[in-house]
Order: sequence, then C-alpha cells, then structure tokens
Amino acid sequence: MQRIGVFVCHCGTNIAGTVDVKAVAEALKNEPGVVFSTDYQYMCSQSGQNMIKEAVAEHRLTGIVVCSCSPRMHEATFRKTAQAAGLNPYMVEIANIREQCSWVHKDMPIGTEKAVILAKAAVAKVNLNAPLTPGESPVTKRALVIGGGIAGIQTALDIADAGFPVDIVETKPTIGGKMAQLDKTFPTLDCAACILTPKMVDVAQNEKIRIFSYSEVTDVKGFVGNFDVTIKRKARYVKEDVCTGCGLCTEKCPQKNVPNEFNLGMDNRRAIYIPFAQAVPKVATIDPNYCTMLKTGKCGVCSKVCTAGAIDYSAKDEYIEERYGAIVAATGFNPISMEKFDEFAYSQSKDVITSLELERLMNAAGPTGGTLLRPSDGEHPHTIVFVQCVGSRCAACEQKGKEYCSKICCMYTAKHAMLIRDKYPDTDVYVFYIDVRTPGKNFDEFYRRAVEEYGVHYIKGMVGKVSPEGGKLKVQASDLIYGKQLHIDADLVVLAAAIEPDKSARGLATMLTASMDTNDFFTEAHPKLRPVESPTAGVFLSGTCQGPKDIPETVAQAGAAASKVIGLLAKDKLLGNPCVAHSDEMMCNGCSTCEKVCPYGAITYQDKEFRMPDRTTKVRRIAVVNEAVCQGCGACTVACMSGAMDLRGFSSKQIMAEVDAICK
Amino acid sequence: MQVNEYKPLIVAFCCNWCSYAGADLAGNNRLNYPADVKIIRVPCSCRVNPMFILRAFQRGADGVIICGCHPGDCHYTSGNYYTRRRMALLFSMLDYLGIERERTRVEWVSAAEGAKFAATMKDFAEKVASLGENKRLEDLRCKK
Amino acid sequence: MQNKKSENLKEQVLRMSGVNPSKCMRCGKCSGTCPSYDEMEYHPHQFVYMVENGDIETLMKSDSVYKCLSCFACVDRCPRGVEPAKLVEALRLCVIRQKGKNHMTADDIPAVLDDEMPQQALVSAMRKYSK
Repeated sequence: MQRIGVFVCHCGTNIAGTVDVKAVAEALKNEPGVVFSTDYQYMCSQSGQNMIKEAVAEHRLTGIVVCSCSPRMHEATFRKTAQAAGLNPYMVEIANIREQCSWVHKDMPIGTEKAVILAKAAVAKVNLNAPLTPGESPVTKRALVIGGGIAGIQTALDIADAGFPVDIVETKPTIGGKMAQLDKTFPTLDCAACILTPKMVDVAQNEKIRIFSYSEVTDVKGFVGNFDVTIKRKARYVKEDVCTGCGLCTEKCPQKNVPNEFNLGMDNRRAIYIPFAQAVPKVATIDPNYCTMLKTGKCGVCSKVCTAGAIDYSAKDEYIEERYGAIVAATGFNPISMEKFDEFAYSQSKDVITSLELERLMNAAGPTGGTLLRPSDGEHPHTIVFVQCVGSRCAACEQKGKEYCSKICCMYTAKHAMLIRDKYPDTDVYVFYIDVRTPGKNFDEFYRRAVEEYGVHYIKGMVGKVSPEGGKLKVQASDLIYGKQLHIDADLVVLAAAIEPDKSARGLATMLTASMDTNDFFTEAHPKLRPVESPTAGVFLSGTCQGPKDIPETVAQAGAAASKVIGLLAKDKLLGNPCVAHSDEMMCNGCSTCEKVCPYGAITYQDKEFRMPDRTTKVRRIAVVNEAVCQGCGACTVACMSGAMDLRGFSSKQIMAEVDAICK
Repeated sequence: MQVNEYKPLIVAFCCNWCSYAGADLAGNNRLNYPADVKIIRVPCSCRVNPMFILRAFQRGADGVIICGCHPGDCHYTSGNYYTRRRMALLFSMLDYLGIERERTRVEWVSAAEGAKFAATMKDFAEKVASLGENKRLEDLRCKK
Repeated sequence: MQNKKSENLKEQVLRMSGVNPSKCMRCGKCSGTCPSYDEMEYHPHQFVYMVENGDIETLMKSDSVYKCLSCFACVDRCPRGVEPAKLVEALRLCVIRQKGKNHMTADDIPAVLDDEMPQQALVSAMRKYSK
C-alpha cells in the first residue's frame, strides 16, 4: 500500500477563489492510501516545496499528489522536489485544479466538488504508480551520411568539424551529386564546380571523413545511438588505394560506346572511366555491363597500361559492417522521366531537352565544351523555347507528373535564359510560365533582370504541343494575356522537368523505419519545429530527400542536420523517456499486431524459451520493446489483443482507476 | 438555467500534446464550460483503449469524449488515425448496444483551440444532459 | 453579379459535365493545345474561367461552342484534370435544352420503349435529358 501525501495549492486566489481548498484537503484525508493532506498558499514556491520534502520525511510518504496548476506547468518542478526528498520522481501526480477547474468554473461548491473528484482520480492513479527509471543507452560517436551530394558533403564536413568521425556512402563512383553537373548557380551566377569542388577536396582530405563511393547501404539494424549498418561496396575492379587517377586507362580502353551518364547520355565514355576531372575519390571504375574483359575474358588493355597495377578483374562485392550513433539521409533527387509527355515530343526529337541536359550543354566540361549547340545537328540554336512546370503541379495523372511545385525550376530557367541571352545575344528566348515563383533573397530581382536587362520573352501561358518538322520544332502555345495562340519555330525546346526523390529513398526509408509522404519525400518529425529530424530517433534529413529545395536552402538544412547530429553524438549516454511500452512476456502471443501499429519500429520479436510447469521447455515468439526507440504513444497497448502490452506511467490499470474515481 | 436540469457525468480523454494543452488554454482564457466534464490525461488519443470507455459507461458515466490532435498533427505521427478508426468501430458497436450516438464523440482540438475546447465541451455536455441518465451499460454492482 | 438564372445554368453545366472549374490553375495549356483556337471567339481556358464566374449565357450565345472539335486534346493534356471539352459539350446541351425541342420527359419514355432497344441507350438518354 502506498503512503500518499496530498498537497493542495491555493495559487494565491487563483485556485482558492473558486475552490474551497481546505475542504478539498479535508475530503481527501479518508481516501485509500492517503496518510497526509494539507493545503498551502503557493506549493511551487521554495517554502511550499520544503513543506513537501518535510512531509515526505515525517510521514514516510511513498507517493505525492499535488492539486495545483496544469502538469504542463509544474510537473517537472514537483518531480524534482520528490527526487530531492528521496522519492522516485515518477511517484508524483498532479491534479489540475486550476486551468481545468478553478479558472473555468465560477461557482464555489461546483468547483470544490470537481476539484475533489480530480484529486481523487490522481490519488487513485498514484496508488498504482511504480517507480520508473529512464533507460540509458550508450552513443556510438560516429555518424553515417547516406548520399554524397552537396547536402551530404556539407553535413559530413560540419559533423567532422565538431570532431566526430563521419562516413559518407555514395552509390556513384564519385561524390558531388547533382551540383557537380550544374553549370552556374542562381542568383549570383558563380560556377557550380568552382564552389563545389573545393568542398569535395575538403571532404577527401578531412581525416575524420571516410568516403565509401560506389557503395550502398543494404541493411540497418539497431536504434538511436547504436545503428548497425551493412554497407555493400560494389566491385569497381580497380584497387582504390592503388589507383593514382592518372586516367591513362580511360583513354586506352577500346570500348568507346558507353553512354556517359554524367552528361546524361549526350556523349560516350569508355568502359573504364572517371566520371569527371575533379571526381573524389579520383579513382577509375570499370563498368561491368560494357567491359569486354569482364564479359568475354578477352581484352585486358587497362591492366596493361596501368603502371600502378591497380586493375583487379577478380574483384568481388564486399560488405562492411559498422556501428553508428546517427544516420543522415541525403539521398537527393532526380528529374522525372519526360517519356510520358508525348505532347512535348521529348522522345521524338533530340532537340527537346531537359534543363539538366541544358546544364551539361552549357558546361565547359560538358559534351560540347560549353558551346550551346543543338544535339541533333550541332548547329547554334537561334530560337529557344523554355517550358515551365513540366510534370510539376500536375494533379491530373499520377503516372505522368507530380502534384507539388518543384520549387527550383522558375529560378534555373531564368538563369538559363539569362545566360543564353548574355552569351548569344542573337538568340530569341521564350519562357512559357504559369506563375513565376521567386520567393528568396535576390530571387525576384534576378528574374526581373532576365526580363528587363536581358530581354527574355516571358509569356504567361502553357505550351500545348511541340512537333518536329523539317529540322525545326513547331511550338504551339497560348499567350493568355495577349489572348492569342502562338506558333513558334524553335530550334531548341527546354523542359523544366519536375524533380522527384531518388528511387533509393523508398528502400532506405524501410530500412531506417523512417516515414515518407505519398511522393516518397522523407517526412520530418515536425513540419515546423523539427524540420531536419525524422520521426525515427537518430535519423536526420538533409537536402532534397525531404522536399524540393535549392542549393542555399540545402546547405542550410545540411548544417542544421549536422548540428542535430553533433548534439546527439556529444552525449555519452542517452536518457530515455521512462513512460514507454513494455510487453508482459507471459501474456504475449507473438501475433505481430503491435509491431504493425508502432510508428517508430520500436517493437521486435524474439524466440524465448519458457519453462513449463511440467519442467519441459517451450520456445515462444514474444514481442520486445526497445525502450530507447519507443516514444510512449501507446498505440500498441490498444492494438494488443492479449493485453500483454502496457504503457509505463499510463498503464491500463492506472487509467481505469482514474475512470473509476471519476465515475464514483 | 433550469434548477432541476440533469447534471451528467462526462469523462474526457485528452491527449497530452494538443487537447490537454487546448483545455489549459481554455482555462488561461477563463472560458467557462460545464464542470460535469472531468479530464483524464493520456499521452496520445491512441492510448485510449475502448475498454476505458466501456468501463466508464459501466461505472455510470453519461458521456465519453476523446480529444486528440488534428489529423496530420499527431505528436506521434499517426496516433490519431488509429483513434479515428478504433472509435468508429467502437461507436458502431455502442450503437448496436443501444447507447445513443450523442453520448460518445471524437473531437480534434489543437493546443491553440482553447475556445473550441470550451465550446465543444459545452455542446457535448448539453447534448448528453438532454439524453438524461445512461442506464443501459451501467453495472448496478458498481453502485454502492 | 450572378443572378438566379445564371446560377441555375452554371449548376446545370457543372452537373452535366462533371467538371470542377475551380481546379483550374490558369496555365492555359488547353488553349495552347487547341487546334481550332483561331476559329473561336472564346477559347478553352476562357470557357473554364467564364463557367466558374457563371457567365454561361454569353458562352451559349457564342458560336465558339460549335467550333470545338471535341478532339479532347485539352482533356488529355490538362495538368489539373479540369477537362474543358466536357464543359463545351455541356454548354451545347444547354443550348439544345433551352430551345425546348428534342426534349423528353420521363413519362414519354415508356411509349417509345421496345424490346430491341439496348439498355445502354436508355441509360444514356436518361443521363442526357435528366430532369
């Protein structure tokens, strides 16, 4: 039996004005378990707290009920008081007789009656309270960043700066991501490579950072502070530590007809390749789908020319396992496929290109060496039509487009138009837009500059049809403000394709038990207040895997994610919330229902041996709650059919006791 | 107000993050609502086991209301969706047992909606009061 | 601005076409894609906008409704699924009904029924001339 002390607070006149506090204290004296009951002017004051401490010592109290303001206000205060008095802090319950009684009821008898009932419910609960201790778990001081684009690079650099080791896992042979493919960046027009490649070098040279390029995460186990991750290092057939990156093999390889994915297939590379000159790590990779040696066993040119002896045709995929305290998802985006938009003739004409392809065509390291030439005939285009919102804001057909705004297209199209007009003033540039969305620092000024200073024709309306005819592209579009249908003979049509999360994100989210929205963007723990954390503890979000964003925003979010990771890794131990679910293994029947409703993936199953009454043993499958992951929502407790699952601090018995006390 | 108006006994389950805070806000703004409503704090509306509601009716409650965060705003991401589905099932069962639909309710009240909390409780209490005493599920053995 | 009559007409057009013009985001792709744009006084995007604003009678008087080829390019390409051609079709029906001809009441139907008539024809007639 508990020995409970009841402390009724006057809160000046806030409570005492409407509730007869003395009567409340008196009424509770005879409740089961109550051995002491009193009232005081300000329970939360120093002298009020001392009063509690003295009462605990004098009456050997095991539980405390404070009838006062909302627990959201002073629960923490009174828990500390209890702890100082030598009680378990979770032996305290608050009866909220201010916000939910004295302040909302004016009549003294009614208020007093309700206050008594609320206090009795709290007493009934404390009678069933048990001391709770927050679980502790160690923190592995190492972070994993999945994705080596600008988001992953910035996150890794910031974490490493704080002194924690970081590993970057990147599926491509080099880090750099989409930003490495860009030409210039808005709104300042500095070249992407000039600002990105120094950061890539920083990553390579940072002792705290390891880069696992050409690798994938294949398995994640564990929980915050202790994730056990399996990383698959795909065979690149080149010894990473031996290759000097001289590039001789990439010049001598006889297999020349491999579409170069870095240039989006607009030119060819060899079967052994380094994606681009500033790649990090600058190591060659053999493409097993095209290498003659790997396919037929006859060639071996690269191994003959390699003076370092780095080529290893017998390489196999390797798996490494590592433990991490925190994981950052930075899987990035891709432009959506344009194949399904028949009206824009993307599949029919080489001169209909996406904006990312245009980036490569304008990039000095691109397939045309930076001169803007039509992909079909290598001529200078004189009339260029940009189409905005291709696949963005497209609610009609899920297979084709995306319902959301891709956010970055308005700005990069303005940038493209401006750059083209700057470099080739004889070019006519038309931009067909629905709305020009430029919310950002210096963004609208930038767009206006494209119109006012560079003479880009912005037309409000959408392109309805593009048809290739006699080497030209017939563009049929509406000008909504002029009220005319336009027919333009264009040389080049550029589609501002919507962006979508990388395909690998879905599989990764499953491994991390991180949640995703219907568009496969990672969901944040709170859309406003916790924008870089996933609801799954220890998993953080960086860059476009969370939603469309431009480079400055990505970098800002990457830094924010890094600071959250640092905050986690700086702790030696994690103190959990003790009000978590736990399963009674004698009652659990291993049905898996709780696992399905848990939003955090905190519940796993294990086979456990039980001794039966007849001294035999029986193996049963039972649910086990990981207390470090459980957030204590209680969804599983209701889903549990056998009644094995319960929530500490809010157990079914406790809540039932409250119901009984109220309904008495 | 009529003198002999029936004073119902109402149990309100409020989630800790939105509705309980909404109730606190109603208090902060001194918004009156009937004292018949007694609030039980739960971490999330999905902690409310249908058993609790049946227990309340068994012990003589006249109405039970469950308040949670608005859909999409759940502190635990998806808890209130579970509540919504569970309660739809429970309420249809209660309907079958002859418990009037107005005696149970699920309401979404955010931490900013003190006024909505008070208005909801007032409205609910009035509806329940007009139905009178709930005898159908009351367990007479629980009466002292 | 809208009187009772035009509101009734708007409601009728929306019901017949099943179109929700407020889904339109004013991109103009329907007009960009329309092959008979130059023939029309009012263009596909204007149809959507004018129906939304209840300006039905102007559209019914215009011969633009008959310039629409019903090629459904606008329906196919609208990014928001507004389906302007269905509005045009509904407006044509409105004109027919207003003339009072070619109209059947439910009571007339049993007289013209015969066993040969396919069920579907009956249903579509009901849909076309409902109420």
